[in-house]
Amino acid sequence: MAARSKRAEDPEREKSGQGGGTRMTKRKWTGKAGRRAALAAALIWAAFQPGAAFAESIRLGSAISLTGKYSTNGDFTQKGYDLAAKLINERGGVEVAGKAYTLEIVYYDDESTPARGAQLAERLIAQDGVKYILGPYSSGLTKAMAPVTEKYGVPMVEANGASVSLFTEGYQYLFAVLSTTEQYLQPVVDLAAKVAGDPSNVRVAGAFENDPFSQDVQNGVLADIKRHGMKMVIEDKLPPELNDMSATLAKVRALRPDVLLVSGHARGAALAVRQLSDMRIELPMVGLTHCDSAQIIEKFGEKAEGFLCAAQWAPALKYSDPLFGSAADFAKLYEETYGAPPPYQAAESAAAVMVFADAFKRAGTLDPKAVRDALAETDMMTFYGPIRFDESGKNIAKPMVLYQVQDGEYKVVYPPEPAEAELRYPMNAR
Amino acid sequence: MIDNFLLLFDYPVLSADLALNGLLIGAVFVLAAFGMALVWGVLNIINIVQGEFVMLGGFVALMAAEAGLPVLLGIPIAALALFILGWGLYRLVIFRVIDRDLFVSVLATFGLSIVLQQLSNELFGADVRTLEAGLGTLLLFDGAVALAQIKVLAFFLALGLGLLLWLFLKYSRLGQAIRATAQNPRAASILGIDTDRVYAATYALNAALCGAAGALVVMAWAIHPYIGLPYTVRSFLIVIVAGVGNIGAVVAAGLGLGAFENVAGFIFGTEYQIALVFLLMVAVLVWRNLRLQRKRMYLK
Repeated sequence: MAARSKRAEDPEREKSGQGGGTRMTKRKWTGKAGRRAALAAALIWAAFQPGAAFAESIRLGSAISLTGKYSTNGDFTQKGYDLAAKLINERGGVEVAGKAYTLEIVYYDDESTPARGAQLAERLIAQDGVKYILGPYSSGLTKAMAPVTEKYGVPMVEANGASVSLFTEGYQYLFAVLSTTEQYLQPVVDLAAKVAGDPSNVRVAGAFENDPFSQDVQNGVLADIKRHGMKMVIEDKLPPELNDMSATLAKVRALRPDVLLVSGHARGAALAVRQLSDMRIELPMVGLTHCDSAQIIEKFGEKAEGFLCAAQWAPALKYSDPLFGSAADFAKLYEETYGAPPPYQAAESAAAVMVFADAFKRAGTLDPKAVRDALAETDMMTFYGPIRFDESGKNIAKPMVLYQVQDGEYKVVYPPEPAEAELRYPMNAR
Repeated sequence: MIDNFLLLFDYPVLSADLALNGLLIGAVFVLAAFGMALVWGVLNIINIVQGEFVMLGGFVALMAAEAGLPVLLGIPIAALALFILGWGLYRLVIFRVIDRDLFVSVLATFGLSIVLQQLSNELFGADVRTLEAGLGTLLLFDGAVALAQIKVLAFFLALGLGLLLWLFLKYSRLGQAIRATAQNPRAASILGIDTDRVYAATYALNAALCGAAGALVVMAWAIHPYIGLPYTVRSFLIVIVAGVGNIGAVVAAGLGLGAFENVAGFIFGTEYQIALVFLLMVAVLVWRNLRLQRKRMYLK
């Protein structure tokens, strides 16, 4: 207001001050300065306003992929975080040392690029004063952000970075609720060993994309294959820019392995289903990752029948917790809220928020170091599965899940405990 | 690698399978390369957006199918939609860079490709998408060779369009104008040819060809917003090998590249497939340079 009135006066003074050049310029200058000062004051006021309003809340920060190539999964991640935070707040928030706090999440868009992710982590911590970070989507972005959170001693609980290499750096402030990458296709090898009777006769073919995720998957599988004494007959690497698997599949066609494993994100899954059927290759067992993001049932119908799909979580699992109830309850709530069934990316993200809430409660303080120590001692059951971290911060309590496409639906066939259906072997047997 | 090679001898029919499948894959490259050769020859622009046109063609076909139209109708619809888009892009951006340095036009089309990538990511999402044409599989030699019929369709479509393109350039009025403009734009405009219109038509035609290719890609393989670059690179390679003014050579080079990729990918491992494409490109350039040197000419 002050600045505006001064400015309105200015023309008057300019008119009256004919000849008084110095005075006039001085006047002008103060007018401008006054305006600037008022603007600065307003900005500072605005900047402090939310801080004051949310004194009773705990702020979590997250840089996730809202645009760029991970935007679909980034969206699932955000929905998972939001759903858990909303439910926790509705149930009275988190009680820390006798005082209830609500959870608030500050989001930034990392544009699916690691450099931007690291930048935003820095910004969240140094500029926005966030003391707890929820992870981004994908191993690559988590890898970019972990050094930053580590530097500032800010705990990060992440739900979407599964690469083994995240947990060999000795990070003290990084915790992951999901199963690590090398476990993705191990259940397929286990099942193959089981149905074969004598595993040393089993011949395995593998096509793995040449990226950190799929290479981890491959390493996990190779270790298991060796343990069972199986034979690896094809070991192809798919380059990330490849859009055709026919060279690999021609090999498969000639050698007829007992098991085919493909890990190449959604594109690998879609191409494997389509081209195996196009080339009329029938195998007893095929294991894939990322079936649900490739929508193999919706897109390929009949052709998808019998494929085995690795997943972190499924609504059919028998885990439960006091907040969401059972896995099926979570699925129902998610569908009511967002109008679509939850992918596992959303489930694990929700679990990450629960882990933070649990740690705040047990720490009894909001000191990041104390929260970090509480996180390290996490031992809880959630709708997503048991969560217990080892030294390196990865969850060692939860197994992977394996679906099989049976009559146009995903049915859990592994682990044996919550399995909904018997494994169909060979895969096209009815 | 050696065992892969030996495998070819153990299963001789495998070579036929690989080579035939490769030829069919090459057909899609041929379509995109037709367009690149046209634009390069007439506008003297190396069009980096090529791959994005392919990608967009795929998405248009997908949308047409989702709107309930017959899947195969997606091919002409994609071509038409991309024709319009190509015309628009010419009027918006391309006409500004035609007479400029090659570097400027490469940069401009590179920028366009990023814009189109991000826009389609925004519009269609980052997911991998596919479309079922429901054509089934063609089995040859007692089922030893399996060819997806959509790829067979792509093959004949590429050949047919190549023939049409040749006839069009040779006999139609616009085709003659295009060739005249390619030879000497100044002389062509003096003789009453609206070169600006010719450029726009050429660029739009290129986009339409890529659109048709894209519709085939989504039916035979898969697409996502970032699929473009390998198609740009392959069309570039094909045009370098075949030259800009020779439709028959483009067909041969494209089909050859497809077969080469597939067989080489089989023998050396899929991870080297794209690397081998580049290696081939270097080899071809060196070889052509040597040949030209002998005639005391140089590579432009």
